[in-house]
Amino acid sequence: MAIRLRGLSKSFGQVEAVAGVDLEIGDGEFFSMLGPSGSGKTTVLRMIAGFEAPTAGTVELAGQDVTRLAPFERDVNTVFQDYALFPHMSVEQNVAYGLKIRRVPKAERAERAREALASVQLADFGKRRPAQLSGGQRQRVALARALVNRPKVLLLDEPLGALDLKLREQMQVELKALQREVGITFVFVTHDQVEALTMSDRIAVFNRGRIEQVGTPAEVYERPATPFVAGFVGTSNLLTDEGGTYSIRPEKIRLLDEEAPAGTGDDLRTVTGTVAEVVYRGDSTRFLVALDEGGRLTALQQNHETSSEEVAAYRGTRIRLQWHRRHNVIVTTPESPEAPEAPETESTCV
Amino acid sequence: MNDTFGRRIAGMLHRRPRLRLSLLLSAPLLWLVLAYLGSLAALFLSAFWTTDPFTSDVVKSWSPDNFRTLLTTSVYRDVALRSLAVAVAVTVIDAVIAFPIAFYTARVASPRYRHLLVVAILTPLWASYLVKAYAWRIMLSEGGPLDWLLKPLGLHGPGYGLPAVIMVLAYLWLPYMILPIHAGLEQLPANLLDASADLGARTWRTFRSVVLPMVFPSIAAGSVFTFSLSLGDYIAVQIVGGKTQLIGNLVYSNITLDLPLAAALGTVPVAIIVLYLLAVRRSGALAAI
Repeated sequence: MAIRLRGLSKSFGQVEAVAGVDLEIGDGEFFSMLGPSGSGKTTVLRMIAGFEAPTAGTVELAGQDVTRLAPFERDVNTVFQDYALFPHMSVEQNVAYGLKIRRVPKAERAERAREALASVQLADFGKRRPAQLSGGQRQRVALARALVNRPKVLLLDEPLGALDLKLREQMQVELKALQREVGITFVFVTHDQVEALTMSDRIAVFNRGRIEQVGTPAEVYERPATPFVAGFVGTSNLLTDEGGTYSIRPEKIRLLDEEAPAGTGDDLRTVTGTVAEVVYRGDSTRFLVALDEGGRLTALQQNHETSSEEVAAYRGTRIRLQWHRRHNVIVTTPESPEAPEAPETESTCV
Repeated sequence: MNDTFGRRIAGMLHRRPRLRLSLLLSAPLLWLVLAYLGSLAALFLSAFWTTDPFTSDVVKSWSPDNFRTLLTTSVYRDVALRSLAVAVAVTVIDAVIAFPIAFYTARVASPRYRHLLVVAILTPLWASYLVKAYAWRIMLSEGGPLDWLLKPLGLHGPGYGLPAVIMVLAYLWLPYMILPIHAGLEQLPANLLDASADLGARTWRTFRSVVLPMVFPSIAAGSVFTFSLSLGDYIAVQIVGGKTQLIGNLVYSNITLDLPLAAALGTVPVAIIVLYLLAVRRSGALAAI
């Protein structure tokens, strides 16, 4: 077990940032902590690193209680959100900083720093200052600076947040490959669900200082445990009927013309409505449909044959939606006292 | 009518950036050249004149005699070196005292408290220099408050003299050192300190490898103030210096007797400060000012 958190809590004055988190992260796992800003995920990361002392609870690294240890006494390294490179040092000096402090001999230090920079494709940039690098390059230096120390655990605090989309997608793939290669436990904090789903072995979804669900990307996406998870991870369509409240993912829904012959059977659910809005996204189109029975559903269609002009013509037309009942994810049953809570997330869609 | 005229002028200025710039800068440049550089040039020129020993009149003939006197007379050499030593000592003392204070105000104190502390640091600058210097004269006097305070420890105050001059100058110029360091520390990103600790550095190591190099420009900026103000001072030394002589009061006492010599003496601190600024500039610190 690389990391074990028990009853971890942190209050800043009156504000309870983390409210009792229990978590176990295995060796060599790529573990993501996903949640909106202010959900406590970064605070948990900072408590693992040792930058914040918990108000209650313990942090164990490799079976050893490190709750009271300073950051420099813990065998973890951090990649910071804005990289935190030392501006007065060259790239090489930045990377070698941790080794220098550990009194690694000069020759070995230079060799390892060179290797680390090569592993992030920055072999020729050692003499430069951080200010002379682009955002993506700085990000890689920060990664090399942390990895060169061969920590047991690497903590990454929204490391890709400042990069543009193309670079971010590229870095996601590279990070995952790097993690497989070095076999170190990665704890990755992000508010981007796609990022978490793409890269992680397991995901913990945070909300208001608590963990709502821990599971593999497929578990979290296909079987969200709470309305919050259903809404935050992917776009959720919440529907209520006699069976309770359930969520259906937009890509599971088929769009049919009102007159077209529809499949029948108990395993199919069919509803009718009017297309309220059409959002063309290049590779796909999102249809926002106002249902006759009340409520709204979002349906996603791949643009196999349709073009933007064609999909725009759908606005205001009558339409039929159909999906397999097995894709329904029950989030609350009628007996459940808690009212379904659909978070307002019009963010990145899956 | 008036409005359109104003608009025409504004439009014309908008199309002529050079004219705009020269209108903006001509007055301050005139002041700088005439009053500032002009007086410096006059000082330097008059240092080459001589004084008639009988009539005490200034003789406007060219001669490097004054500078020769400065370099060959041991008294002047000693005074110049002593002044330099005082300026260095004051700068070092101020830097050592200012750093922890600035660290507290910039990084430890809560934001609300921080403003109060900065005001508290600035407050002494509103009091008259003379009042503060005379207050120290009383503090340092024989059997005065300082003697009384140190008596239980079996010690007595430094009395009037060179140590008193250094103490008082260090006291007077301290705010000029605290403020730039405070600004420098305030701008230091907190996550750099986290990153250093994360990479295994203990507090002292982080201070040495991250904090100090990054606020060095601020310390250098503060030192320009403390160094040049100490080098030019001639009042504190008269009030608490006893028999101590520094360049400042040599210039002061020579002004009426031998103006050209006083001018030559006056170029010494100017030269030292120019050299000091060049050294600071080489360290890259002036880029921050």
